[in-house]
This record gives sequence, C-alpha cells and structure tokens, in this order.
Amino acid sequence: MARAATTTDAFNAVAEPRRRQILDLLAGGERPVNDLVERLGVAQPQVSKHLRVLREVGLVAVRDEGRQRLYRLTGRPLKPIHDWVKAFEQSWNERFAALDQVLEKLKAEEPDDDGDGK
Amino acid sequence: MAMASSGTAVVTLPTDTQILIRREFAAPRHLVYKAWTTPELIKQWWSARRGEVTVAEVDLRVGGRWRYVMVAHGGFEVAFHGEYRELIPNERIVSTEVFEGMPDAEAVDTMTFTELNGRTMVTILVQHTSREHRDAHVNSGMEGGLQDALDLLEQVAISLL
Repeated sequence: MARAATTTDAFNAVAEPRRRQILDLLAGGERPVNDLVERLGVAQPQVSKHLRVLREVGLVAVRDEGRQRLYRLTGRPLKPIHDWVKAFEQSWNERFAALDQVLEKLKAEEPDDDGDGK
Repeated sequence: MAMASSGTAVVTLPTDTQILIRREFAAPRHLVYKAWTTPELIKQWWSARRGEVTVAEVDLRVGGRWRYVMVAHGGFEVAFHGEYRELIPNERIVSTEVFEGMPDAEAVDTMTFTELNGRTMVTILVQHTSREHRDAHVNSGMEGGLQDALDLLEQVAISLL
C-alpha cells in the first residue's frame, strides 16, 4: 500500500475538522460539490482534496448527474467515528471506576444509606 | 460480594455543540454528590489514576469558583476551573468549565443526580459554544486513548497485590 497511513481509515479522515464539516453537510442529504464549496467558504481544490480523502475511506460516495458531481454520505465506515467517541468514553470510564471505589468507602462508613441526604 | 462496579459510561453527542455522559452508580445520590463536591474525595477519583490531583478547590455556592489541577504521570500539568451557576444539593449542579490550556473554550456543564432503588444515575451535559471546541474536548479523550487505559490497568493490578 503506497497511500499515507493518515488517510487510509475513517478514523483519521475525520480527525480533520473541515472533513467533519463536510460529513455534517452530507448528513443532511446528497449535495453537489459547488454547494459544499459555497457552504464551507473554502476554495474548490481544497474541498475536492477533502472529498477525495473521504472517498478513499468510503465515507462518501459520488455519482455524476448531468454536469454535476453529487456526493453523499455512506454509513458503513462510521463505526470508527463511533470509536472516536468511545475513546473519550473510556477516559470517563476510568474516572468513574475510581469514583466507584470512593463510593464503596463512603457506603461502608455510613451505617444505613436510605438516601435521606444526611 | 459487594457490587463495586455499576456499568459503563455512555457518551453521546446530541448536537454539534454538546457532549452527554451517563453513568449509573451503586450508591445513593447523596453519597455521589458528596464524592463529587468534597475536595478530599475529588482528589481520590477525578484523575482516574492518570496522575495526581494536586489542587481541588470547591467554593460550593452559586457564583463560587472551582479549580482542579492534575499532574499527570508524564509530568505535565492540566488545570480546569469554572464557576457554579446553580446548585441543588444531591440533585443538580450547573457550572462553567474551562480547560486552562484552551481558555477560549468555556463550556457549561449540567450534572444531574437521579436516584432509584439506592442507585444513582449521573448525567453530565457539556454545552460548548462551538463545534470546534466540542470536538477538541472529545479529542482530549482520544489522545489519552488506549495507552492511558493500559497504564491504568497496570496500576490497578499492582495496587491489588
């Protein structure tokens, strides 16, 4: 594989904020390139570059209709994006696991825990 | 056998600018609230063993400020602070939150504690002002990522010896 590692999976493809913005726009439905360029306020070559990355990882699909190239979101590789959130979730899980231990101690110190507040 | 663990956190992104974290705890909510708002207790869990909480200041009144500082095992320091906007003891905390490394990204956190049968559901809604800030916040977890999880696992294992 000659391609750079940074663009070969969806996880890295969406690490770029502009590309997430494109995915957001496409989540609302299929759009022509011109429309994306307009909404993003970025030069067309840049948008095309981002779209190419997204296409390579299978996050968007393209079809031609007349003179227009229409891009749409494709769902399957979204799993890695889900995992992006999962990593954040993991950091909270670690924190909460520590909180569980603190709570066990507090419960043990309290003779009865009927939840009345004091 | 005591049930220490109570499930896993669920994180969702309800809108472009929000993060929602939910987790149930096997303890009544006044204890969860206590652990959440008492400096000596915050120091025991907030760093999740990624480091040490060196500062946990809590001025628990509306308009009062909070500040946590953690020194991570790698030696770097991260600090967060904010101001309490709403406090309903054992039920609800609304506060601002600023990561001092990114001072422009002030979020508003709403924490709710709901008790059912001696167990407590905690929800944390983090409201950012922009998607960029929200994403940076989520990314902070990603960077922590797997290595931190493995480090933690190792430390927990050692502490059990």
